[in-house]
Amino acid sequence: MTDLSETPGAIPDPAELRPAGNPAWDRFLAFFRSPLAVIGLLLALAFVVAAIFAPWLAAQNPYDMTAIDIMDARLAPGSQNFDGTITYVFGTDGQGRDLYSAILYGLRTSLVVGVGSAVLAGMIGIVLGLIAAYAGGLTDTVIMRVVDLLMALPSILVALLILAMFGRGVTNVVLTLVFMEWAYYARTARGQALVESERDYVEAARGLGLGSARILLRHILPNCLPPLIVIGTLQIARAITLEATLSFLGLGVPVTQPSLGLLVSNGYQYMLSGDYWISFAPGMALLLAIVSINLIADRLREVLDPRAVL
Amino acid sequence: MSNLLWLIRRVLQALLVILAMSVIVFIGLHLVGNPVDVLISQDSTLQEREELIRRLGLDQPLWRQYLRFLASALQGDLGTSFVYNVPAVSLILQRLPATLELAFAALLLAICIGVPAGLIAGLKPRSTLGKLITTGSILGFSLPTFWVGLLFIMIFSVSLGWLPASGRGETRSFLGAEWSFMTIDGLRHMILPAINLSLFKVSMVTRLTRSGVREVISQDYVKFARAKGLSPMRIIRKHVLRNTMIPLVTVLGLEFGSTIAFAVVTESIFAWPGAGKLILDSIYVLDRPVVVAYLLVVAALFVTINLVVDILYRLLDPRVQIGGAAS
Repeated sequence: MTDLSETPGAIPDPAELRPAGNPAWDRFLAFFRSPLAVIGLLLALAFVVAAIFAPWLAAQNPYDMTAIDIMDARLAPGSQNFDGTITYVFGTDGQGRDLYSAILYGLRTSLVVGVGSAVLAGMIGIVLGLIAAYAGGLTDTVIMRVVDLLMALPSILVALLILAMFGRGVTNVVLTLVFMEWAYYARTARGQALVESERDYVEAARGLGLGSARILLRHILPNCLPPLIVIGTLQIARAITLEATLSFLGLGVPVTQPSLGLLVSNGYQYMLSGDYWISFAPGMALLLAIVSINLIADRLREVLDPRAVL
Repeated sequence: MSNLLWLIRRVLQALLVILAMSVIVFIGLHLVGNPVDVLISQDSTLQEREELIRRLGLDQPLWRQYLRFLASALQGDLGTSFVYNVPAVSLILQRLPATLELAFAALLLAICIGVPAGLIAGLKPRSTLGKLITTGSILGFSLPTFWVGLLFIMIFSVSLGWLPASGRGETRSFLGAEWSFMTIDGLRHMILPAINLSLFKVSMVTRLTRSGVREVISQDYVKFARAKGLSPMRIIRKHVLRNTMIPLVTVLGLEFGSTIAFAVVTESIFAWPGAGKLILDSIYVLDRPVVVAYLLVVAALFVTINLVVDILYRLLDPRVQIGGAAS
């Protein structure tokens, strides 16, 4: 935030916001000037670490049926198992599963689904967007019509259709998300590439006799990245939410696998009898994970793409 | 003339989307198992089987089967529900009013809360309240709908006992459909699901209004109005709000369709007997005709809304030229 944005309503020009020096580094530093964004980043990093090291951080493997004890079902937060070796910080669920451990494992699924779908969709979308921008003509029209169609359909509708067709499973959820989300990257990549290809440096590269693939990938693509990074971050949050929602509805991850949405869903039946923690803790973890990513995305947008509408 | 051409092109485009959706749904239909297995008993003879396959046209090439499917779909026949044994389309249409009124209530809430909040955040971005609203809207974007729904039930129905947690309550007949918003009991049943469904939209409207306001107040005509000495309230009403509303109305129109689709989640939590609850139940029991009918009816509804919004947008905003309307 520089003084320029102090004037109410002024939409700062990105070129004016950027002082002299290395622009990428300045943007990087600008990110950390927002305390909320830093909190979001730290929180997100904590979640990533927790997900990756879940087997070492967890008190038990909650999806190993021999490790959990049905006698410990529905214990309140802070209870211990019979020999006192495990303290159930967040309580246990209806099958005696330690909720803290189950949440760590659920976060792994969220991470795989979120990052996996965002990266895959990003690669497909960026390649198709660049092809559309470069080839033009019929190729461009066909790709963009498909993009319009996909963006016009509500994501949950498409997800219901695909998952009803192919069944549950982490892979199917990721493929569903990739199928729907590549369109967002493709549209932005195409738009950016069309703008960038008019610039002088592209003309200069052409004058040097560089191949079109090289110009696209080495010159145009890097300059298209800022808004694509913002979209990617938002997509991770969207993907995690959608996976949890689908699993909650019983259409996402199978019941034998960890998922925050499934944990909330399993706790639902006990909620009405007062065992609120079974649904509460996984939901809270989900909320915090999504908030942290959205805080990062929001700041990234301010720093990288100040003219975006939302 | 150019307007007419644009309209024709736009309508054709809408029809193409519905056609594409019908192809996707039809192919999907053929990927999920064999309908013969569902319709015929285990101990039927091979001859009976082949007879049924011929009668259903399953021995024909795929494109011919698709044309057959399309022909009966155009006559409003998308098959009969295996579970309820009534035509799937009429089942959907019977459940749709419940979903529509819920989606409409959610949208209304989003406007009533989002527009004032966005106005404050846009006019006073540096104030505590403005910052609070902006940050709060990120939270609203992040709340998992299904979890918040459970918390609502937990707090307002189970603990406090203020509001009912499931069903539509008492309904009254109007225009050939049953509506909850016409009775006090129905309205009480609607409060929690409507708020639940609106949370995401409230954040979206807030942010759209905020960025719209921030853009408008830096325009020359607002500066001029201020220089002319118009009162701030008048500037907001006459210039800022009016110019922010055009893009907002467009986005809201387009969002109505996705609100209907996302009602699936809210309806399943609050046992709201709408089309979303119906499709979920049908997916669980593999009631394929109902799934197909729902997808096609909602897609058609969605495309129609998009079309109407596009036309309105063009009528309202004279600056929009051919091909300039947001899709």
